[in-house]
Amino acid sequence: MPLLAVNDIHTYYGHIYALKGISITVEKGEVVTLIGANGAGKTTTLKTISGLLHPKQGTIFLEGEQISGLPPHVIVSKGVGQAPEGRQIFTRLTVEENLDMGAYSRQDKLEIKKDLEHVYQIFPRLAERRNQAGGTLSGGEQQMLAIGRALMSRPRILLLDEPSMGLAPVLVDTIFQIIQELNREGTTILLVEQNAARALSVANRGYVLETGHIFVEGSAQELAKNEQVRKAYLGEV
Amino acid sequence: MKRNLSIRSVALWLILAATALFLGSAFIANPALFIQQVINGLAQGAIFALVALGYTLVYGIIELINFAHGDVYMIGAFIGLSIVSLMGASEKSDSGTMLLTIALMFITAPLVCAVLNVTIERLAYRPLRNAPRIVVLISAIGMSFILEQVGLWWAQFGALSYFGGSGSTPKSFPALVPKFNLLAETAININLTPKHIFALALAIPLMIILRLFVQRTLMGKAMRATAQNRDAARLMGIDINRVISLTFLIGGALAGVGGVAGGLYFEGVVWNMGFDMGLKAFTSAVLGGIGNITGAMLGGFFIGLVSALSDQYIAAQWTRAVVFGILVLVLVFRPTGLLGTGVQQKA
Repeated sequence: MPLLAVNDIHTYYGHIYALKGISITVEKGEVVTLIGANGAGKTTTLKTISGLLHPKQGTIFLEGEQISGLPPHVIVSKGVGQAPEGRQIFTRLTVEENLDMGAYSRQDKLEIKKDLEHVYQIFPRLAERRNQAGGTLSGGEQQMLAIGRALMSRPRILLLDEPSMGLAPVLVDTIFQIIQELNREGTTILLVEQNAARALSVANRGYVLETGHIFVEGSAQELAKNEQVRKAYLGEV
Repeated sequence: MKRNLSIRSVALWLILAATALFLGSAFIANPALFIQQVINGLAQGAIFALVALGYTLVYGIIELINFAHGDVYMIGAFIGLSIVSLMGASEKSDSGTMLLTIALMFITAPLVCAVLNVTIERLAYRPLRNAPRIVVLISAIGMSFILEQVGLWWAQFGALSYFGGSGSTPKSFPALVPKFNLLAETAININLTPKHIFALALAIPLMIILRLFVQRTLMGKAMRATAQNRDAARLMGIDINRVISLTFLIGGALAGVGGVAGGLYFEGVVWNMGFDMGLKAFTSAVLGGIGNITGAMLGGFFIGLVSALSDQYIAAQWTRAVVFGILVLVLVFRPTGLLGTGVQQKA
């Protein structure tokens, strides 16, 4: 049984018919990436999985349990953590308060404390700035906070939406290193990226989205070799 | 643009200088009278602040100016006076009856107002969560009218009819908190009564508790998180409907306390008292920076002071105009309020 199974979902974003039948599976321990151009429906897919949007049709299962139709706070407590597009940290809460919010759905105080130390270990920069307001962090630090915050819910699957967006190249490297590191520790990741080459370099499998459809899917190596993908998304002529 | 700004700041400084000059000469002419007004101002400001907190909390979380909030305050005052009539309490009652009445008022009114405020949100605002903001605002104005009508009926046919008059006549609230002068034996010519101290001693601890709750507890942090970014809060596992209900619950309870305190302090209630209080409390909240809790508290005290000084040195019938004038000045010169952060979002 896949950890996450998205079965033929159709989602409207306002009046826009954004997802026209998307099916995705993610196995435990995998990094799966969704790539595609702006407006292809990558973020809408993540929002539908996390419950911010509800599919008009289709179902979503987390380890065999249906999660589509549930409100987002319930879906989080079932193990779907998300670092949303544009980071969306709480700018006037401190770094540590942001991380506390990540663990909001949990009650195990001792384990939360351990996870907090673990997040600080992965992101020493956040430890240095734990009492600073989130809004005072740099873009890269905010992205680290967004990922750390999502990890605090101890997700069974971590959804990352454009983690490299707007970051300096050196920070992009750091973020992708961290993604690999988290996966090595056993975190299952569904990664949405515009930076297709980088995303495929860390992923096991991938899906290419085009205007609400899955255009092609396959292992990361296959996709990286696929001629159409190379032309459209890897910047090759 | 730069030139415009400098004209504005000159205008602002002129206004501030004229006010300072006016207040300074008033103080020199009669220091005791001036200090008296400061005491009155702080005491009534404490009540304004309690109501202002309800505006600011709700605005902070759903960006709605809850027009019905002043009327929830009125309902609180009506509950208080109804309990007075049920207990048959008056200024002449024995102190046991008085204390029991006061205790009952301060337990019942916040409870009822909290439940009322949560119900208003459930019925009139939540179904419109995704509607344009103006729609919710109109719904709030509608709720305000409904509550005022309830007040009219209550005053005519309900427990308040005990005090005589029609539904629209003001009913006087017996001074259950004594108002003898604590400074009567001294040479100082200032009237400082237990009533003044009571208003402050009631409001200030509540404000401190609220602040600690919002700053320190997980639920308080969830409230702030929801206010800052609702979708992100949902992704944290926060049930925002619960947080919004909690916000209305706290705001309603504070309005209930404020209503009873206001009834006792101003010694009267009337069906439309919520409008006047609403104006002052809303201005307090905007002055402090709407959405900012400390700002609402400071704003409440400030508007309390301004009202008291205006009552004394201009004329009571002008006080509303002065308060509205301040609202306009704040909106022109500093729309984010004194402590407001405005919309600062770093990408």
